[in-house]
Amino acid sequence: MSTNVSLIVTASALIGCGVYLILERSLTRVLAGLLIMGNGVNILFLIAGGRAGKAPIEGTADAADMSDPLPQALVLTAIVIALATTAFLLAMAHRSWQLNGNDDVQDDVEDASIRRLAAADEASDSHDLATGGDDDEVLTEEGA
Amino acid sequence: MNYLVPLPVILPLFGAGATLMLSRRPRAQRVVSLSVLLAVVVIAAALLVRADRLGPQVAWIGAWTPPLGISLVADRLSALMLLVSAVVTLVVLAYSIGQGMTGDESEAPVSIYHPTFLVLVAGVSNAFLAGDLFNLFVSFEMLLFASYVLLTLGGTATRIRAGTIYVVVNMLSSALFLISIAAVYAATGSLNLAQLAQRIQDLPDSVSLTLQMLLLVTFSVKAAVFPLSLWLPDSYPTAPAPVTAVFAGLLTKVGVYAVLRVQTLLFPDSPLSNLLMWAALVTMVIGILGAIAQSDIKRMLSFTLVSHIGYMIFGIGLATEAGISGAVFYVAHHITIQTALFLVVGLIERRAGSTSLLRLGGLTRLAPVLAILFFVPAMNLAGIPPMSGFVGKVGLLQAGLDVGSPLAITLVIGGVATSLLTLYAVAKTWAIAFWRTPEQAHETALALPGPGEEADLEHPTVPMVRHRGHVHAGGTAYAAADLENARLVRDDEAPDRDLYQLLRDGELPDRLPRSMVLPAAALVGFSLVFTLVAGPMFDYTDRTAADLVQRTPYLQAVLGGSVR
Repeated sequence: MSTNVSLIVTASALIGCGVYLILERSLTRVLAGLLIMGNGVNILFLIAGGRAGKAPIEGTADAADMSDPLPQALVLTAIVIALATTAFLLAMAHRSWQLNGNDDVQDDVEDASIRRLAAADEASDSHDLATGGDDDEVLTEEGA
Repeated sequence: MNYLVPLPVILPLFGAGATLMLSRRPRAQRVVSLSVLLAVVVIAAALLVRADRLGPQVAWIGAWTPPLGISLVADRLSALMLLVSAVVTLVVLAYSIGQGMTGDESEAPVSIYHPTFLVLVAGVSNAFLAGDLFNLFVSFEMLLFASYVLLTLGGTATRIRAGTIYVVVNMLSSALFLISIAAVYAATGSLNLAQLAQRIQDLPDSVSLTLQMLLLVTFSVKAAVFPLSLWLPDSYPTAPAPVTAVFAGLLTKVGVYAVLRVQTLLFPDSPLSNLLMWAALVTMVIGILGAIAQSDIKRMLSFTLVSHIGYMIFGIGLATEAGISGAVFYVAHHITIQTALFLVVGLIERRAGSTSLLRLGGLTRLAPVLAILFFVPAMNLAGIPPMSGFVGKVGLLQAGLDVGSPLAITLVIGGVATSLLTLYAVAKTWAIAFWRTPEQAHETALALPGPGEEADLEHPTVPMVRHRGHVHAGGTAYAAADLENARLVRDDEAPDRDLYQLLRDGELPDRLPRSMVLPAAALVGFSLVFTLVAGPMFDYTDRTAADLVQRTPYLQAVLGGSVR
C-alpha cells in the first residue's frame, strides 16, 4: 500500500498542535485542541483508506479505480460525534464562566488539598503535638 | 438471523425517544422507562439461556452480505454481562424514581434524567454486543455522552468542575480509540472482530504489538487501570447517588470487558502477561491505599472501585482458562456489589445529611436497616467467607497459584493484602459512621484544630496526633480540607452542620422513604444470590472462559462455515 507523505505530515502536525492546546488551562483552548486533534485523526483515516480514487458510487467508475468508502463513512460518523461533543463542551465552558467568571479547568480537590498541605508543611513540623496521655509514642514515631 | 440480539439496544433507544416526548408527564415517563428496562432484563435472560445452550447468537444489521455489515454477537460472556447490567440498571432506575418522588432532587431535572439514562443503557448493551471495533467505538460514545449529561445534571459548580475533567479525559481516550481503529484498518482492511482475529495473526509481530498496545491503553482509560485511573475518584463522587452507582458499577466494567474481549479474541498469542499483571498489582495496591486515606465514604468507595479493577486485570493477565473464568465471575460480582454500596451511601446521605466521616456517627442506632444494608455488601466487597466476594477472590488466587510463576505468586500475595486492606477501609467506615455516637463525632470535630492552628493542649477532649498536616483522631486521619470542614461544625449558625447538630435541631427526615430502601435492599439481595448459585455460576464462567480461549465458537458463529 502506498501512502501519501503530505497527509502523514499534516496529520501529525494537527495532532501535535492539538496536544499542545489540550495542555492549556482554559477550557475553550482545550476544546480547540481536541477539535484540531480530531481533524488530524480523521486524516489518519484517509491514510488508512489507501490511495485516492474515483468517488465510490456504483456505475460511475470501475470498482478498481474507486477509493475505499468505508473510512469515509467512519470519518463522517466521527465528525458527527465531534460536533455533538463540541456543543456540549461549549455549554460547559459557558456554565463555568457563569459560575466562576472564567472557564479554567480547575484543580482536583485532592491536589488542591495536597498543595495546601505542602505549603503548611514547614509550620506543621514545628508544632507536632499529642494531646491525651497514650499517644506520646506515636508522636515520636510519626514526628520523625 | 436472531431477532432477540438487537433488542437490548433498540428498546432503550425507543424508550429514550418516548420518554423525551413524554417529558411533561413524569408518571408516564416512569412507566415507560421501567417497563423498557424490565423487558431488557427478560431478553437478556433469554439470550443467556440461548447462548449457553445453542452457542453464540449473531445478528447482522441491515441485511448486508456478511461480513460486510454490522454484526451484533451475544456469546456467553456478552450475555452474562448483559443480564447483570440489565438487572443493575433496572434497580438503579427504581431507586432514582424513589429518590425523585420524595421531591428532594430539585436540582436534577427529571425530564432529562429518564431519556439520558435509557441512552446510557443502550450504549452499555451495545458495547457488550458489538461485533466490530467501530460499533464498539460508537457504543462507547453513546454511553459516554449520556454519562456527561448525567454527571453534570443541574450544572452546579462542583459538578461542572468534576465534569470538565471527566469529559476532557474521555474525549482524549476517544481520540486515541479512533487512532487505534485507523491503525487497525490500515493494517488489516477490516474492523469486524471475527475477521480481525484471523488477519491479525498474519501481521508482523511489531505491527500487531503496536495495535494491541493502542487498544489496551484506550480501554485501560475506560477501565481505570492505574496509572490511567486518576480521573475516576475525582469525578464520580460529585454526581447524584444513583448516577454514581450506575457509573461505578457499569462504565468501568465496559472497559474491562473490552480488554478481555480484545485480549482473548484478537491477540491470543501475545497475552502480555507481565505487563498486565504489573498493572493489576499497582492498581490494586495504590487504589486501596488511596481508599484508606479518604475521609468521605463516596471517595473511599471510588478508590476501592479502582483497586478491585486490579483483580479483574489480574485474571485477564494470567491468560489461562481458570484466570479468565475468575475474572468474569469477579466482574459480575463486582458490578452488583459496587452499585449496591453506592446506593446505600445515597441512603446514608439522605438519612444523615452527609457522607463525610467527620460528620457521621451512631447510624446503627439511628437506622438499623441501613446498617445491615451497608454491612452486608461491605463485607462482601472485602471478601469475607462465604460471600461471593470471597468465592471470586479464591477463584482468581487459585488460578494465580496454578500458574505459579514468581510474578503470579506476588500478585496472589498482593491480592490477599488488598483484600485485607479493603476490610480495613470498610471496617473503619463502619466503626466511625455507624458505631460511635453522634456526640463523639461532634466532639471530635470540635476538638480538631484548624489547618494552621494549635490544638487545645490545656483541655484535651479527644486524643489526637498531628503528622505532616494530617490530624489523626478517633481512628482515622483528617487532611487539611477536612480540618477546614471541621471549622464549619464549630459555628452553630453555619448552614453546613453535622449529624449531631441536625439531630439536636430535629432537621432530619424521620425515616428513609421505602421507595429508596427497597431497590437498594433488592440489589443487596441480588448480590447474595451470587453466593447461593456460586457453583453453577462458576461452571458457567468456566464454559465462558473455555469458549474465549478456543475462539472457534465465536468465529464460527460470526463467519459461518467460512472460518478461513
